[in-house]
Amino acid sequence: MSLTDLTATELLAKLTQGEITSVELTGVFLDRIAAVDPTIHAFLRIDRPAALARAAEIDARRASGQPLGALAGLPVALKDVLCTAGEPTTCASRMLENFRPPYDATVVARLRAADAVLIGKTNMDEFAMGGSNENSAFGPVHNPWDTDRVPGGSSGGSAAAVAARMTPLAIGSDTGGSIRCPAGLCGVTGLKPTYGRVSRYGLVAFASSLDQIGPLARTAEDVALILGVLAGHDPADSTSVDRPVPDYARTVSKPLSGLRLGLAREHFGEGLEGQVERAVREAIKVYESLGATVREVSLPHSKYAVATYYLIAPCEASSNLARYDGAHYGHRTNQEAMLAELEIERKALDAAGDTEGLDRLDNALVRMYRRTRSEGFGPEVRRRVMLGTYALSAGYYDAYYLKALKVRRLIRQDFDRAFEEVDLLAGPVTPTPAFRLGEKVDDPLSMYLFDLFTIGANLAGIGGISIPCGFSAEGLPIGLQLQAPPFEEERLLRAAHMFQTATDWHTRKPPAI
Amino acid sequence: MTEPYTIIIGLEVHVQLSTASKLFCGCSTAFGSPANTQTCPVCIGMPGSLPVMNREAMALALKTAVALNCEIPRRTKWDRKQYYYPDLPKGYQISQFDLPLSEKGYLTISDSRGRFEPKPIRIIRAHLEEDAGKSMHDEVAGKGDSRIDLNRTGTPLLEVVSEPDLRSPVEARAYLDELKLLLNYLDVSDCNMQEGSLRVDANINLHIDTPEGPVATPIVEVKNMNSFRAVERALDFEAQRQYEVWQETGTIMGAPGGHKTTRGWDETAQVTVPQRTKEESSDYRYFPDPDLVPVTTTEEQVEAIRAGLGELPAALRERLQKTYNVTPYDADVLVNQGRELVDYFTELADRCGDGKMAANWVEQDVLRWLNDRQIGIGEFSVSADALAGLLEKIKGGDLTTSRGRDVLTAMLDSGQSVDAAMRKLGIQSVDQNELETLCGELLAANPKVVEDVKEGRLKAVGALIGQAKSRNPNVNPGQVRELCLKLIERM
Repeated sequence: MSLTDLTATELLAKLTQGEITSVELTGVFLDRIAAVDPTIHAFLRIDRPAALARAAEIDARRASGQPLGALAGLPVALKDVLCTAGEPTTCASRMLENFRPPYDATVVARLRAADAVLIGKTNMDEFAMGGSNENSAFGPVHNPWDTDRVPGGSSGGSAAAVAARMTPLAIGSDTGGSIRCPAGLCGVTGLKPTYGRVSRYGLVAFASSLDQIGPLARTAEDVALILGVLAGHDPADSTSVDRPVPDYARTVSKPLSGLRLGLAREHFGEGLEGQVERAVREAIKVYESLGATVREVSLPHSKYAVATYYLIAPCEASSNLARYDGAHYGHRTNQEAMLAELEIERKALDAAGDTEGLDRLDNALVRMYRRTRSEGFGPEVRRRVMLGTYALSAGYYDAYYLKALKVRRLIRQDFDRAFEEVDLLAGPVTPTPAFRLGEKVDDPLSMYLFDLFTIGANLAGIGGISIPCGFSAEGLPIGLQLQAPPFEEERLLRAAHMFQTATDWHTRKPPAI
Repeated sequence: MTEPYTIIIGLEVHVQLSTASKLFCGCSTAFGSPANTQTCPVCIGMPGSLPVMNREAMALALKTAVALNCEIPRRTKWDRKQYYYPDLPKGYQISQFDLPLSEKGYLTISDSRGRFEPKPIRIIRAHLEEDAGKSMHDEVAGKGDSRIDLNRTGTPLLEVVSEPDLRSPVEARAYLDELKLLLNYLDVSDCNMQEGSLRVDANINLHIDTPEGPVATPIVEVKNMNSFRAVERALDFEAQRQYEVWQETGTIMGAPGGHKTTRGWDETAQVTVPQRTKEESSDYRYFPDPDLVPVTTTEEQVEAIRAGLGELPAALRERLQKTYNVTPYDADVLVNQGRELVDYFTELADRCGDGKMAANWVEQDVLRWLNDRQIGIGEFSVSADALAGLLEKIKGGDLTTSRGRDVLTAMLDSGQSVDAAMRKLGIQSVDQNELETLCGELLAANPKVVEDVKEGRLKAVGALIGQAKSRNPNVNPGQVRELCLKLIERM
């Protein structure tokens, strides 16, 4: 058995016992990346010497008996939406292709402080906008289970990297399902924590009120291990919550007794593919066999979730992405070409005697903005920026944004009511297993509907986890989603671990690679 | 008013609050540092950076709002005001839109010269926002290059918006003076217009009486005024200009060509000039900033702020008039000098027991000394206590007012006490025997005066006082008078 087949928890034990060094381990994963990633394209950047140097430093400290952090020597991959000081942080966008932030995201600083080995930056949908990873400016990620299929998005690189054994641990971000969806489609375990549980400082914002950073790993145990490092209050993020962080790694193995599972009626209806429903219902039977009781609940406003989400998220995105204007950093259009273009247009208008047209003609600054943003952003980002700009415009604000906020409150109340009756909600992560690359690229609406089951948690601000619960006829992973009341990550992880002690779906390995 | 119109003015004042650090990050707010040296990922809007509210800025803003008699809502929030400009690195300014930290206040203005009656000017709202950076357009280079300095980006600004309650440039000036004075008393801003810590935009139009009824001229927003005097002049000019334009064109508000426009004050030419703006009104696409949490303020907090305000100019003027019996004009002069000078005055008045006298001395002698040297009362070397000693001597008749001035000058020059200064000037009290001798000699030499007094014309004794003083400058005129009358009675 290769080291890459072991979980993070198992590898940490070997490191602690001195059976292996971090340099060996890091080297094995780097070799695996070199061998596999040309097919998968999960990583945007690897710095092999830096990773090995960091591993050697941790090994040296371990050898000399110095105290070490909770992840000492373990490789962790970072979604390229997290700022790493002095290193490119691209968000898979042309706009930030050469951007190097001068600071570390809080989670990156925490991982460094925990002595993790940051092994590379993973591919993603541009600015985390997308559910298939096809929106990366640097090319899509391929699903390790079937490289003709999408890995899910937007943290597709992180999920595929864990699934293909290129890293034991990865960090993603989840705005509408961007951790859980690729975790489900790639057959790994992915957690979206409660909004405010993990600091967003240094996470390049997509939709600030929905974004949350979380881990992807092979098991709930591994997720618990790294969540303990990520979680906690950060004075630099006003929306991070100051409440104690439980010792997830210690409690994850304790089964929950008397667990009450709720099945949201609305999550088992139209659009859910039969084989996904069957796998999910089988998983629920496993819980019943472990002593859980199951009842049906209702989230009556969930039918509005997609519409609500696709107003709030683009509105916030249109504002968050306004800073990419070419003035201070990132891509800027070619100035000479831009001025030449303007001059040609000016002359043409002048020749035609079109004074109104001349009056309307962009000045150089406005044309610089237009060209910079048109060149720097891909089509999906442009679409969402335009949707959001439109919805926030005078005369539309009340009908769109304000109404969406009201519906968002109703959706949150649905969850509150459901959690009065049950401890966790259980259901599918996605309506179908992984679809083919290119299958939905011309149909944004059907792409948006793919988020149907995951965006509720973001709108309500609650936590959710995706765990493998079966395979389709084509051999594609199917995910089970559990959702919990706010700040009940411990409950989610314990429930996920219960399932993973009773099943072995999470141990399956993509056969093709 | 002789003009056939009423001037309608509303002011928007941006005040830079004197916090050590910016509104949403820890960068310094100091003025005048090399460009782009007081920045961090937060204030320059780096991807992934997040704002954290400066509590001190909110405290100063609330203090000001309470002093402006504003209502303080229990909950306020932050909104993004979105527009593109290179000195606005995030593409939006964090401001407050529909739930400002305060609203519905007023500031009472008055004029001790009586040019208008005291009146409250309503404040629509006072809210906090972050400042933008500075653009420096390098027109010399001829390429239209611009340079951006982001040191100022994120500095806390309090925007105070008045209702259009001001009816003349003089009233506008009075409002600004009073607002600045209040801010000084509150110690929330240095109000330095040259450094941009206080900026004024004015909205002005005219309501003109015509035979067909009143009409309004289009509203003009006037910008670029870098002193209160410039505001007054710009508004004077603008009122006259609007009237002339109306007489020529008849264009009124709301009619074609009657939309609101923006003009800038040209200090050199002393005229307002049109500023190029897009015809359509700007759509800032305000929405709540999801990176910041709403701020709640309790009734108790507001009361604590109110209790800690100290005595503000309006109340202070009233107290000076009531307690120290000074005129409204004197109260105005004293209060306008700031709290420190008022403290000096009240201590002086309390010690010498004569408010009017204290006011005269402070306004004429103390202020002249300070103004000549461009120093503050803190640097005035004669304490209120020492000056009170001097005033007591004047009241007691030991010194004339003009001799008293000499003594004060000597005290200031030498740093000596009252008595030492008097000794230095050769001023000493005259012995009773010496005085009797002197008066006896004077009566003997002036039989006519003695006769007049005996016939009841007591005023005649005044002639002797002058003679006594020329013989001995140190005599107390009151004592001379009293003694002479006594001696004549015995004769």
